[in-house]
Amino acid sequence: MLAKLCKKAFPRSLWVYHCNSGACNGCDIEILNVLTPYYDIERFGMKLVASPRHADVMLISGAVTRPTLPLVKKAYAAMPEPKLVFGIGSCASGGGSWFDSYHVTGGADKAVPVNYIIPGCPPRPEAIIYGVALALGLVDKKASPIELKQVEFPIDAYMKNKAWEERNVIYQVLNN
Amino acid sequence: MWLTSKIKQVLMVLKPGVVTLKYPFEPHPVAKDFRGQPSWDHHKCVGCGGCAAHCPARTIMIRDVCQDLRIMLYDGSRCTYCGRCADVCPENAITMTEQYELATNDKNDITVNMELFMLTCQRCGRCYNMETTNMIDKMGLKGYRYDSLEARAVIPRATEHLDIKMLEETEHYKRPQK
Repeated sequence: MLAKLCKKAFPRSLWVYHCNSGACNGCDIEILNVLTPYYDIERFGMKLVASPRHADVMLISGAVTRPTLPLVKKAYAAMPEPKLVFGIGSCASGGGSWFDSYHVTGGADKAVPVNYIIPGCPPRPEAIIYGVALALGLVDKKASPIELKQVEFPIDAYMKNKAWEERNVIYQVLNN
Repeated sequence: MWLTSKIKQVLMVLKPGVVTLKYPFEPHPVAKDFRGQPSWDHHKCVGCGGCAAHCPARTIMIRDVCQDLRIMLYDGSRCTYCGRCADVCPENAITMTEQYELATNDKNDITVNMELFMLTCQRCGRCYNMETTNMIDKMGLKGYRYDSLEARAVIPRATEHLDIKMLEETEHYKRPQK
């Protein structure tokens, strides 16, 4: 539904507002790197704007610290509808190493609703472009939850040695 | 005059050609030794919990749901991809892959859930893996931490003969409380 909404709302271009909420500048440098001719995000019609009132998309970098929390909320409220929020970097997507510190709200999603997260510390410029392209519907989502299980059943503790020997015999037979 | 300078500029620009990457439409390989999303090998893992103890962002959690089952949960949303879990793993079950295209709209997409079968130690009641001998000592060397501070604080002492003095001292011993 969100993808359809995006296609309807932003047919041509996204104007991007970059909001640093207490980041270490690593993610900010990568965002600036995306704007350079080498990665050139203006292919997709994107443009960095200085005011949230002109913007469609807010890029939040950094775990939202306590002093910046009201400012982030104000900037989010100043953006015209419809709006998208990207959490860039591990700090914005989940809080980073400081997710339970006293001076950090623990990720951008605790302050404002976040639509897309781009983890990485910092994310590569390609990863940021990938996230933007994902929001535009140009590429498919590659990440999916992984579930791993050991295919082995618990053995009775008293029969352990015997079962272990038998199992090893099976392995020896397989190897031969 | 200005026209010649413009023509010069155009010629200068033509020389290097187009440098812009066609990234989302063509894959762009990462550099050597790049650390992307960590991946677990559940065949190699012995469930020692060293990765959980060493993770700086506490993204990895270990839970014993019952005597035989230990569950490892990895929450990739706040992972900083430092690679310490791969360094500390005694069995080299964790590898840092080159997967960096992890942008999602759902936090659950970058999690790993692993179930491990363990055996129960008949002395301490904690679970351990039977595949390698003397695993508990090995786990202690490789970053395993005991959860119970109470059990760790008491040091058992032994004598050759019955020592009445020591018995009197230790029989009603209680740990000093705050």
